[in-house]
Order: sequence, then C-alpha cells, then structure tokens
Amino acid sequence: MIVVARHRAELSIALAIAGLGLVLAIRAPGFFVAGNLLDVLLATLPVLIAAIGATLVILAGEIDISVGSIFAVCSVTAGVLAVAGVPLPLVVLIAPLVGALLGAINGALVAWLSLPSIVVTLATMVAWRDALRWITQGAWVQGLPAGFQWLGLSQASYPVAALIVTAGLALAILRGLTQVPAGRAIYATGSNAEAARLAGIDTRRVRFWTFAAAGALAGLAALLNAARFSQIPPNTGLGLEMQVIAAVVVGGAAITGGRGSLAGTILGVVLLGMLGPALTFLGVSASWERAFQGAIILVAVGVDALRARRVTTMVPRREPARV
Amino acid sequence: MLTATAIRKSYAGVRALKGVSFDLAPGEVHALVGENGAGKSTLIKIITGAVRADDGALEVDDEAVDLARLTPARARELGIAVIYQQPALFPDLTVSENIALTLEHGGAWRRIDWRARTDRARDLLARAGAAFDPDRLAGSLSMPEQQIVEIARAIGAGARVILMDEPTASLTDREVDRLFDVVRTLRETGTGIIYISHRLDEVFTLADRVTILRDGETVMTAPRGAVTRDEVVRHMAGRELATVFPKRAVTPGAVALDVRGLTSTTAGVFDVSFTVRRGEILGLAGLVGSGRTELAELIFGLRRPDRGQILIDGQPVTIDRPADAIAAGLAYVPEDRRRHGVVLEMPIAANTSLANLAAVSRHGLVQASRERALAERFRQDLQIKASSVVANAGTLSGGNQQKVALARWLATAPAILILDEPTQGVDVGAKAEIHGVMQAMVERGMAVIMISSELPEILGMSDRIAVMREGTICAIVDRADATPERILALALARPAAEATA
Repeated sequence: MIVVARHRAELSIALAIAGLGLVLAIRAPGFFVAGNLLDVLLATLPVLIAAIGATLVILAGEIDISVGSIFAVCSVTAGVLAVAGVPLPLVVLIAPLVGALLGAINGALVAWLSLPSIVVTLATMVAWRDALRWITQGAWVQGLPAGFQWLGLSQASYPVAALIVTAGLALAILRGLTQVPAGRAIYATGSNAEAARLAGIDTRRVRFWTFAAAGALAGLAALLNAARFSQIPPNTGLGLEMQVIAAVVVGGAAITGGRGSLAGTILGVVLLGMLGPALTFLGVSASWERAFQGAIILVAVGVDALRARRVTTMVPRREPARV
Repeated sequence: MLTATAIRKSYAGVRALKGVSFDLAPGEVHALVGENGAGKSTLIKIITGAVRADDGALEVDDEAVDLARLTPARARELGIAVIYQQPALFPDLTVSENIALTLEHGGAWRRIDWRARTDRARDLLARAGAAFDPDRLAGSLSMPEQQIVEIARAIGAGARVILMDEPTASLTDREVDRLFDVVRTLRETGTGIIYISHRLDEVFTLADRVTILRDGETVMTAPRGAVTRDEVVRHMAGRELATVFPKRAVTPGAVALDVRGLTSTTAGVFDVSFTVRRGEILGLAGLVGSGRTELAELIFGLRRPDRGQILIDGQPVTIDRPADAIAAGLAYVPEDRRRHGVVLEMPIAANTSLANLAAVSRHGLVQASRERALAERFRQDLQIKASSVVANAGTLSGGNQQKVALARWLATAPAILILDEPTQGVDVGAKAEIHGVMQAMVERGMAVIMISSELPEILGMSDRIAVMREGTICAIVDRADATPERILALALARPAAEATA
C-alpha cells in the first residue's frame, strides 16, 4: 500500500497510457504494427532525453525554456561538422559538448548572478535561435555524408542502439537522483534552497551543473534526432521546451521544484508522444493534438493540486510575511 | 461576549477537538495554553471560520452563530480578528495601504482618498499605542511594529474579540513589554483577548484567566491567582515535571572552539572573541538584532569575516563555506526551521542524512536501509513522534520538525554544536526533551553554543553566558553569577532597575 501511495502520480499516468493503448487496440490495431511503433519510438527518444534534462532543472527549482534553441544549435553544428568531413565519432562527442557549453552559460547566469532562470533562458532561447537564423540564412544543412544517417549503424541496428543508450542513461539518472548525494542535493535545493545551503550543499554549483547537464542532454537529443533524417532544418526543435516541460509536469513533478521523479517524466513523455500518432490512427484531425495535450496537462496538474489541498488542510503552513 | 460549547472536530478520523468549551468576557485577557497538538490552533481556526467544526455551539454577544456556515468573512463581521506570530502584511505596500486593504470597501475603480486613508491609519496606529509613519513600507517595519499594524487593522475593523497566536515568539523582552502595553490598552477599551503562548511567564503577567487544553479537551479554566505555574505545566503535560531544566554534572574539558577577534562589517559583528570547552554549554544572550545569529553564520561559513581567527582544538581553521565547517566538526541548527531547517518535502530519513550522506553511502551510493536505520535511531533517541521515518517532514508538528533538524546535525557527530533558538515555538514537553538531548550531548563531551531569547532557558541551561550587544560580546558571565536582571541589563546597556521595569 505504501508503494502505491508513494507512486500514485506515476501509476495514474501508466493507467492513462494503458487506457489509450486499449482504445487503440480495439479501434485501430494498425497502431501496433512494428513499423509504426518503431517510428513512434524513434521520434520519442530525443524528446525523452531532452525531458530528462528538464526534469533535473525543474527538480532543482529552476526552468529552462532555451532547450529547443540549444537543440537546434547542436543539430546544425553536428550537421555542418559532418558535411565538413569531421570524423563521425568526433561529431557524436561535440554535439553534447556544445549543448553542455550553452547550458553552462544559462547555469552560470542563474547560479552566480542570481538571475531568474525564466528570464535567462528566455533571453538565450531567443538569442541562439536568431543567431542560428542569421548564420544559416534559413538554409537547411544538406549533403550529409552517407554514414551520418543512423550514425554509422544500419537502419535495423540503430533503433536498438539508441534505445539501449537512452534506457541506460535514464536508469543511471533515475537511480542517481535518489541514491547519489548529488541527486539528493538537487531535490534539497529545489525544495528548500536555504536549508540545503545550511546543510553544507553548494546550491549554486547544483544549479550550474543541472543547467549544464540539461544542455548536454539537449545536444545528445539533437544528435539522435538528426540521425533520423538526411537533412537538418535550422528551425528544428521549435516548441521542444513546451513538450518537455509538459512531460515533466504530467509526470507529477512540482513546477516549483523539489518534488517529482524521472519515472514520472518518462511516462509523461510516452503518453504525450503516443498521443499524436494515436489521434491520427483514430481518425481524429491532427489539429486536435495540441488541445488534447493541453487537456492532459490540466488534468494532471488539477489532480495534483486537489491532492495537495487535501494534505495541506491537515498540515497548516504559514509563510512569513517579511521579505 | 464569546462562548464556545462542546466544540468537536476530527481530521481524517483523528479527533483534534473532543468537546472543548471556552468563554471570554469583555475586557478580559484569557490565556489559552497547551502543548502543540492540544487543539489550540484548531479551536482558533474554528472560531475564525477558517475550519468548520463537526459539532458544538458558538455564541457571540449572546447570539447563536451557525458554526456550519461560519466563514472568515462572517467571523470578521462578528468582530473577531486574529493576530498571528508572523504578521501577514504586504511588504511592498505602505502601512496605510495595508490597513486600508481590509477596511475599505467599494468598487475596484473608485477614487482613492489618500489623505483620509493616511489619517485613518495614523489614528488607528495611535489607538494601538504606536506613532510610526503610515507611509513607511510594511517590509521596513520590525516584527512588533508589523504586529501593531495588524492590531490597528483589527481595531479599524471594529474587532471586539482579538485572538493572538504566539504573538511574542519572535520578540525580544523589551518588545514584549511594548506589546503588553498595547494589549492592556485594548483590554481597557473592553476588547476581549484570547492570548495563546508557550511562555508561561507572559501568561501569568498578562492573563486574567487561564484555560488549559490537553489532547483536544479542556482540562481546566481558572483565574490567574487560583493556579500556580507548576500546576499549569503539570496540567498541560498531564504529568509531573521534576525540574524544568536538567541537573548538570559535567566538568568542562579542553577548549574546543576558540574565536578570536571575529569581525564582519556587513554582518554587523565586531571584534568577537570567546571560547567554548568540551562538555560546556555557552549561552548566547542578547536582543534580536544584537548580532547573535550573524555571529553563528560567520563561524559556520555562511558569511565571510573581514578578519579574525577561528581555532578548533587549538588548530587554526579556514572556513569559507558550510561544507568546510561541517568537515571541521561544526554543526549549526538554524532558527527558522521551516525556512532553514528541515526540507519539508523530503522524508524524515532523507532529512536526517542530508548533511552527512557519506555515512549512509557505500561506493558513492546511498544505502536506503542504512539511511532508515540512522533515522530510526534518532527517532528513538530524540523521541520524534512520526508514523514512520519515510513520512515527509512536512507532516510533523513544530517540535518534531525541530527534532528532525537536530537529528540531521547530530548525525554528523559534531564536536561543536551551535543551536539558534532551539525551542522557539515548541511546546513544553518537546522543549524538555530537547533540553535533555542537549544535556546528553555535553555529557558525551560536545561543546554547545545556544542562542536563546528566553532568559529562563539561558539561565537554566548555560554554564557560561555571553551577552551580545550591538554586534559584540559585552560580557561573559558565569552561571553562578548570572541573574535575569544582570543579563537583561547587560543586553540593554541600561541600569538594571530600568531594564526590568
């Protein structure tokens, strides 16, 4: 029973996914054809990786809306380098590094200048996006070398490799968040930064590194996304920040930090990632996808708020009025 | 003027109030005392309409009030107002705006008469016994000034019943005197005051009658003269307390902490020098704002000193951040446990291990079983009342949260423990338990620095008392030479006679 109570948020999304799967199995069994599932998987993995980064940032009590722009910069950088003949292993390494660097800029501004993260990442979101538009003049990266697609693997082995890498990464961070002191530090910082600081945690370092990690993960996501196509548009990753933040919130995390789990985020990504293709298969117009997404977010947040209210009526909490 | 009869209330099956009766006469200060969890807060919430009673009757001015339909707005109409320990003012609005917010009615688009607003604020402040400028920002006021604004607001709303919930918990003794003057002024105008406090000295100074709650029931109501302090404590706790403070039988050992000439202009701490020995409790007395907390923060690496030296066991140490302090064997349990102490959203176990995760980790991974065992040990040692160590710290009462904060630092096995107001807002029983833990720690050779605004606690617990005034230690007094008058006089730097008046 305790297990059920502690993972109620995760369980309810799992149920929603199962419900959606059931509807699909009855109304549109075509959804479960291997080819389609593979497409959904390949499209979802990059979002999942970016969402892991968003989870870290949100748990630490911050927000990163520049993830889509970092994603685009990394995509284009990887593509340009590959076209210029840089060896593929090096490209695979550089994309996350560029992401980490851009994330570190966010992190440094938030952590050491104490700027609000929503403002910092709004600024960098616009800056990177427009810098990219200016440099590429809107041109797509074309003429990628033959090995770039599927990152040198075959079309059959790439999804397996991508899934293993993503799953390994997710598992490592999942365990790390609860069992490594650094993970605890993220939760403590997001929940009560002052208490964390007094407990000897360097909260500025925590903030810096979560942003840097989120950037690196956005770079990796960009790589896995670019590998699916033969060319790279400079406006790639537009709206990615909304997708990943939505997944984190649907996954039961508190947008104010300190509460949530990576398992919830993963389920959130799966649910929201299934939604678009599912609607297509069920014959619902694609224009409804966003509306359904919004409804899911509202339901998730609403349920959470109702539950929180039940808890807080038993534990009254007064915040001090003085600043 | 207010009579509550047989009030009952349950939360999710837990009976918080099992039939409490209470009455208040005009011009009376009626103290409501009881341990945390005795039902005081619930009773207040029912009277103010914040929480709905399951059963019972409430009369205001001999007129029955429908408890099932009592809302905060209706309670205000009835003339009931609450003053909380931490005033809920808008820090970026002026005093007159804060007062006007609840008092002025009318459309959102009406024209504001600023002069009338300011005049009324000044008048209400005067009636509450204060004379500060209504154009000041609420955030710039001291804690008691903010409380006076709340009182002025209550007077302006025509409140005839004022509930005060721990109004003095964050005040220094001098500020308390000032608040008492205001309360007495209100009493003379026929206002009934329900006064809730853990500080029995205040209750016996101020109250006309005392009602004791225990476990959701009224134990007794008596005029002030008819009960003694010991009786009240006994009724609150439901057991005999042998002595309020544990007997001390420890001979202090070698010097553990030696602070020399510590100065920080930004923190307002100037040339502070003192030592603490193993097995000794050094009490740090002084007014709020005298630099006690800032001194603790300097020692713990939360602020940087301009100059000065810290020696631990005779060795000079450099402390630039809390992690250095922890490594040097220091621990600091801060004052405001909700803001700085426990992480409310984390389980008790994770809170306990937070400052010393290495102790419960193997190969860099936290071992859940060892973490729970650690927390379980402290739950028993400190008698933390919780259903389980995996329960979130936010579900605990104040006293138990304080014990969790204490457990976190004891888990680091510190040589030197700094406690900032360790029993503020904590009930009598938990207070005695925390004092017992402090005693056990010094017996094991720990050096303890205790910051406290409560003179009896300072006098009862300390081996020596360092009195701070205006950012520096103005005197260190031995336990044998310490009297309340002397400590207070040193803190105030005024003649003792005047200080105790």
